[in-house]
Amino acid sequence: MKHLRKLGAYLFLLLIGYVFLFPLLFMIMSSFKPEQVIFADLYSIRAILPVGDLTLDNYRQVFEKSDVLLYFRNSILITSATVILGLFVNSLLAFTLSRMRWSGRKYILAAVVALMIIPIEAIVVPLLLLVSKLPTIGWEQGGFVLMGSWLNSLEVQILPFVANSFFIFLFYQFFRDIPKDFDEAAELDGATPFQIYRHIIVPMSGPVFATVAILHFLLMWNQYIWPIMAVQGEDARPVMPGIQIFFGRQTSWGEIMAYASFVTLPVLAVFLAFQKKFVSSLAGAGIKG
Amino acid sequence: MNANTSVNSSDTLTVSSGRPSEPQRPPRKRYVFLMSAPALLGLFMFLVLPFLMALGMSFTDQRLLSPNATEWVGLRNYDRLLNISWLVQEPVSDAAGNLKQTADGELVYPRLRSVLRNDPEYKDFKEYTHWSFDNKRVVLLAKDPSFIQSIINTLLFVILVVPIQCGTALGLALLINQKLRGIFLFRTVFFSPVVTSIVVVSIVWSFLYHKDLGLFNHYLSAMSFGLIGPVDWLGDPDWAMPSIVLMSAWQAAGVQMLIFLAGLQGISGDLYEAAELDGAGPWGKFVNVTLPGLKNTTIFVVISTTIQAFGLFTQVDVMTRGGPQGSTSTVMYHAVTKGFREQDIAYGSAISVIFFLAILAIALLQKRFFDKREDA
Amino acid sequence: MKIMKVSLLSCAIMTTLTLDVSSAMAAPSEVKLWRHETSNIKEIEVSKATIERFNQSQAKWHITAEMIPEGSYTQTVTAAALAGDLPCVLDMDQPVVPNFAWSGYLLPLEGLLSKDALNGLIGSAKGTYKGKVYSVGQFDVALALFTRQSILEKYNLRQATFEQPWTKAELLDALAKLKASGEYQYPLAMRTGWTGEWYSYGYAPMLQSFGADQIDRDNYVKSEGVLNGEAGLAWGAFFQSLFNNEYVDRNPSDDKGFVQGRAALDYVGSWEMANHSKRWGDDLVVMPVPDFGGGPVIGGGSWQWGIAKSCSNPEGAAAFVDFMLQPEEIAAMSVATGMIPSSPEAAELTDHYQVGGDWRYFYDFTAAFAELRPATPAYPIISSTFEKMARNIKDGANVQDALDEAVDTIERNISDNKGYGFN
Repeated sequence: MKHLRKLGAYLFLLLIGYVFLFPLLFMIMSSFKPEQVIFADLYSIRAILPVGDLTLDNYRQVFEKSDVLLYFRNSILITSATVILGLFVNSLLAFTLSRMRWSGRKYILAAVVALMIIPIEAIVVPLLLLVSKLPTIGWEQGGFVLMGSWLNSLEVQILPFVANSFFIFLFYQFFRDIPKDFDEAAELDGATPFQIYRHIIVPMSGPVFATVAILHFLLMWNQYIWPIMAVQGEDARPVMPGIQIFFGRQTSWGEIMAYASFVTLPVLAVFLAFQKKFVSSLAGAGIKG
Repeated sequence: MNANTSVNSSDTLTVSSGRPSEPQRPPRKRYVFLMSAPALLGLFMFLVLPFLMALGMSFTDQRLLSPNATEWVGLRNYDRLLNISWLVQEPVSDAAGNLKQTADGELVYPRLRSVLRNDPEYKDFKEYTHWSFDNKRVVLLAKDPSFIQSIINTLLFVILVVPIQCGTALGLALLINQKLRGIFLFRTVFFSPVVTSIVVVSIVWSFLYHKDLGLFNHYLSAMSFGLIGPVDWLGDPDWAMPSIVLMSAWQAAGVQMLIFLAGLQGISGDLYEAAELDGAGPWGKFVNVTLPGLKNTTIFVVISTTIQAFGLFTQVDVMTRGGPQGSTSTVMYHAVTKGFREQDIAYGSAISVIFFLAILAIALLQKRFFDKREDA
Repeated sequence: MKIMKVSLLSCAIMTTLTLDVSSAMAAPSEVKLWRHETSNIKEIEVSKATIERFNQSQAKWHITAEMIPEGSYTQTVTAAALAGDLPCVLDMDQPVVPNFAWSGYLLPLEGLLSKDALNGLIGSAKGTYKGKVYSVGQFDVALALFTRQSILEKYNLRQATFEQPWTKAELLDALAKLKASGEYQYPLAMRTGWTGEWYSYGYAPMLQSFGADQIDRDNYVKSEGVLNGEAGLAWGAFFQSLFNNEYVDRNPSDDKGFVQGRAALDYVGSWEMANHSKRWGDDLVVMPVPDFGGGPVIGGGSWQWGIAKSCSNPEGAAAFVDFMLQPEEIAAMSVATGMIPSSPEAAELTDHYQVGGDWRYFYDFTAAFAELRPATPAYPIISSTFEKMARNIKDGANVQDALDEAVDTIERNISDNKGYGFN
């Protein structure tokens, strides 16, 4: 009886698992198959198995037709720059909010919490006009010049997303619960607030840094609505608009699947490698927020 | 989300011993400034300022680019977005007073467009929809019917996706909360769509949804022995939005699953034992222990899923471009189409402002709803 | 020698680096160029090769090129113009040239380009606004109806000729026959999956052949009665019937229907000629577009090059455009892509388009049937509104309502923009 129930549970899990895994497996397997084979395998289990004449042709075509590597590099630059700056900037503010007393602190905290509700979508349209008017310092023919705008650049995809009220709040919650005794002792020894942050708080806050890094990474890697508006040249284009443009050209499905797999695999790899961390981060972020 | 409680509890923490720290005040102030300025500047520049700009621009005719100067237009943008009216039409009758009928026996009404165009009061209005009541036709009018349709579509999406996604997530969480060997593997599997970008997911599902080649129609026809014909999932106005709902719930349920899972694991085992002693079965335990124990988690999950759902854009942009016949156009899609693609940035800003107010109102309402339930 | 564009943030770090670069900077001044990113890889390759040849041919200027996606190209250029970030040289789809000229981001080309280069071009290779030339093209394209000899014979269909194109009835008859045979699920491929300007380029000529138009060309402010009149209604009903009868796939999964033999007819531009003839060889038949009453109509004016007003090196930009307009360069583009060369001299350098050449008929189509798109700054909104409207009609919307809605959108936009200079 018990065994039967267990078997039933596993069978049910397998069925649901199939539903959740099928599209991804199908995407990856199809990326190695010529178009006719994709269609031939479509309605059988072969659709998600690496069988038949597997080839890298789709990938070769994708690399030839689209500057995927450039977009990939852009996405990596944008994501890593934002995440690193974000960890620093957001945790610093959270530190002053949670561990220092200053007038106005309460209001700032309330404001940060209130800002959590503004979704990025609500401000992209005016933000576009704003960044189009912000000058950048450029370098042209041997001198600094003020260039027209931030559009079509990497920084326009980085700077607006560094400070994030949700991440500040996550840091704030974690820092708040660290016992005060440590920094009081350090303060008596004449440590500056930054030293306390650097040598006491940061080393004790590994988990929250990991959480925020992972969440920020996912957010940035998957950016879509903002880059399609603010970045149209290919020089600064990240991967998601890249694949959308490729998809819009209606080339072969094998190639589209190859492109999709290529931009997904790195995230999937990071996910599988840091699975435990990923899962606990997201769950923790939710339950605390 | 539980902002108030966190602010209050933090105060008790920061009130440290009565040790005087006056001598350190001036340099500390500088540190406070230096350490908080970058994030505050970022939030102000890229969140508060654009929002204020949206507010201001929504009263102008600002274009993304035009040689014409920007002018104040008052409430024109809001008027065009939100103004709704109606009109009752009598059927056309001939000289003898008999009602005119088409070949199919349907009544003929004056052409609405000519009526509207010739009446200054109705000049800018267009038909949104109409109903017929005994020989009269009631026409609902709007100045921007696409926007009204976008609002309805967005609400439809939210109403469908929130329960489906949260329900799926809770179900999955219960599934993987079982003590079975290798269960973590399934957790990974259920979570994997989340790390796949929604752009990629939309592209792959476009293929699965395809009318002639797609797997959905294949399975549907196989399971119904060919009785259910192919459905044009993304091409049929009735099916396009539900198709997007299904895919979105599938893609994102993993996040809520993890949050529910953490909530489940936070419920003390003692409660279950006590319930068991009271003779509760699995269902009784679920209703009396699990659900109440998940209350805070549920509030968070529902509110955050709702806010996210209101911002629906990417799936629509990749899969249907708002079509067919506007059936998947959402508030955000309309905002980007008008504000960016058609460069009417003032109009797009007005939509952004309305969008923000709606989110604010709904978040507050939901919170009140859940708080009330707690009191009861 | 790329322009170093550094953000405020990193400029401090970069300063030393850029200083080193600047000292090493040699003579050629940089001239930036944008071109749209088409799916036609050969077109991009030829452009890149031309740029390379130009950069090698002289030491005064250096062109650096960037690709911009076609679907949102107009918005991109507008956004960049707004930001003062336009490159020196850019290509534009010819119908948006009046808008760009009105907005003031283009330089008139007379006086900048060499007279010979300008005068050597055929008419549809020049984009004008208020009598001045603002853009010049290396090629034009022509719409046509492609099919195969074997299909015509098997289904006993008449081969349409330049003198006697198919009528609407003949087209519908052919489609009915092909559909009934069961051999073709969707007998006609019409690229409904493409987005952007294709809808206007491909389907507005049909509308015009029915006797309607997108806007009244006498005043450029009214569309009422022109787009949504009787003729427009007839077009809409016809267009919708193509999908309702499943002659055309509403949402094709790809654009290879004709090449893969799944469609018998292909309504598309001459740029597909190379692909089609490679696939079908002698079996391929090129017919003029059908005559829907007002004679066959095809669009005129393709992607053309202009020079931005904000360009700091207009002479460099002009030197490059002159270089591109040399018969050899035009011919190179034509040879690689199959496009119609934009000057008679260049045509004579190609096998296909020289007098008596096997693709010469595209020339003839362009000469006889080409109708330029409305030369008004409102064209971008007309085009995007037309696309949305045609999509709705395709998806089953009420034709009259869809046409009316488009008219309202177009007229409201024009009045919001104070007539775009027309009154």
